[in-house]
Amino acid sequence: MLKPASKKPFLLLFLLLMFLCLLNISLGSVPIPFQEILNILTGGIDTKESWQTIILNFRLPKAITAILVGSGLSVAGLLMQTFFRNPLAGPFVLGISSGASFGVALFILGSSLFSGFLITNSISNWSLPMASSFGAFLVLSAVVIAANKVKNTMSILIIGLMFGSLTAALISILSYFSEASQIQQFLFWSFGSLGNLSWNELFIFIAVYSIAILASIGVIKPLNSLLLGENYAKSAGINIKKSRNIILLITSVLTGVITAFAGPIAFIGLAVPHIARIIFSTANHKTLIPAVLLLGAIVMLICDTISQLPASEFTLPINAITSLFGAPVVIWLLIRKKQLFV
Amino acid sequence: MLQTEDLTIGYAQKKGDKIVLSKINIAIESGKLISVLGKNGIGKSTLLRTLSNVQKPISGDVYFEEKSLHSYSENALSKKLSLVLTERLPESQLTVFELIALGRQPYTNWIDSLSAGDIEKINAAMRQTEITHLKNALFYELSDGQLQRVLIARALAQDTAVIILDEPTAHLDMHQTINIFVLLQKLVKETNKTIIISSHEINLALKLSDQIILMTENKVQFGTTAALISQSAFDTIFPDTLLQFDKTIEQFVIKNS
Repeated sequence: MLKPASKKPFLLLFLLLMFLCLLNISLGSVPIPFQEILNILTGGIDTKESWQTIILNFRLPKAITAILVGSGLSVAGLLMQTFFRNPLAGPFVLGISSGASFGVALFILGSSLFSGFLITNSISNWSLPMASSFGAFLVLSAVVIAANKVKNTMSILIIGLMFGSLTAALISILSYFSEASQIQQFLFWSFGSLGNLSWNELFIFIAVYSIAILASIGVIKPLNSLLLGENYAKSAGINIKKSRNIILLITSVLTGVITAFAGPIAFIGLAVPHIARIIFSTANHKTLIPAVLLLGAIVMLICDTISQLPASEFTLPINAITSLFGAPVVIWLLIRKKQLFV
Repeated sequence: MLQTEDLTIGYAQKKGDKIVLSKINIAIESGKLISVLGKNGIGKSTLLRTLSNVQKPISGDVYFEEKSLHSYSENALSKKLSLVLTERLPESQLTVFELIALGRQPYTNWIDSLSAGDIEKINAAMRQTEITHLKNALFYELSDGQLQRVLIARALAQDTAVIILDEPTAHLDMHQTINIFVLLQKLVKETNKTIIISSHEINLALKLSDQIILMTENKVQFGTTAALISQSAFDTIFPDTLLQFDKTIEQFVIKNS
């Protein structure tokens, strides 16, 4: 496909991203002079040690997490919307987010039920992401097996929704039998959190994320082809089954790893691809993939900056902010454009 | 070039196959406009889907250039055979040019870049279908007739020896329908492609096609309009007696009661 989008909007978005990144890092409960922040980020040492720790071990990893989460979920959302030819698809609909939540619920809430297996109730940094990835993978496998049995993409969408409902029901049952303190713990996880990631965890996050994003560049051609539907794609020589499995795998891995490290983050995956389509007014994935990567990171950084409630000691749950941001955007899009595209 | 051998078409099901028609033996040559005619539900789409390898035959086989269709890889077949389908396209912001460019996918590299040659083919396809002025229009804003031309251009850009169209005139008025038929006839003459089209526009198809594939309850007949008329093949396609085939004008007419 042709029509290479002009480079200008990309440049502007990139500058905006840089600016937001700096803004995000410079805001927090402890005021640090901007000069010092630049100094620390560029490797200077002539500053207060506590400031250095705050910037390098807390704010910088958090900003990086925001970028990974926002861009990753947006790519997952774009892939889902094109694959299902449905403008309302997103990482949540395949039930993968719910699967990840289920893994975590089983871990936190189920620890009293299965106390024989899980002796400790304390949540280490590692066991939670693993539980979450396990849950995401479980639902993913079920969806992929089901997807290979049915031919119709709409059926896959509905199967995904059903798996989502199933896991939600299982979480309810688990909650019913759990103690208040555990339910509270689970609730806090479900609020989502971009902080709390150590550099070690972040490196694993970055590695998995990079593989998935590179793979998504590899499916640009089948994605473009799917814009005309599966039959045309097939007649243009695209191997539908293979492309379908790769697309599902990318989405699941991205959603799984993001939910594992940051909790279930709503609306970003649904809203950002639409914003990208409006700004760039194209359906070409060669433009849309880099566009959602940038826009997703930008939107997530904005949400995170808002959630810190600048100049206060409180932090709002990030999931509430993304929904507060996302829901009006989708409503506004529908009213203004009258029509959503894939 | 496209041949069927004892072809049985239908749907494979667990409780025994649902057979639509069997013992189909036709041999299609290049440079012909061929119409598939028959009443509603007789299996025109099933036949076209089988000929284009979208659907597997129950038994028998379809051969393209002496090789069985299923021996071709998806990519190899996409360079031989292109489709224009009746299904609604998903709503997207594709422009006419971009949509036609998707026809070049069998030839583009892994990241879907268009070479100068690809662009030339796309422009040629737009010229042949007379839609160059629509180049930058969004496809969902087009009229049905224009969209049909765009889809035909996409198939032309795919640069295949055979183009199969499933009821391209289904939503068109009389004027547009004739236009599409005349366009297809022109394309066959200019490019020596074989174009196979299913249609309910029987009278038009009889006038403009080189050959007819006529589907009735128990058999499939294949030949030129004149040959089929001499076999009185058209007398039995429709069950009721309101419509009658008039051999002198070679058209169907409403019977005066």
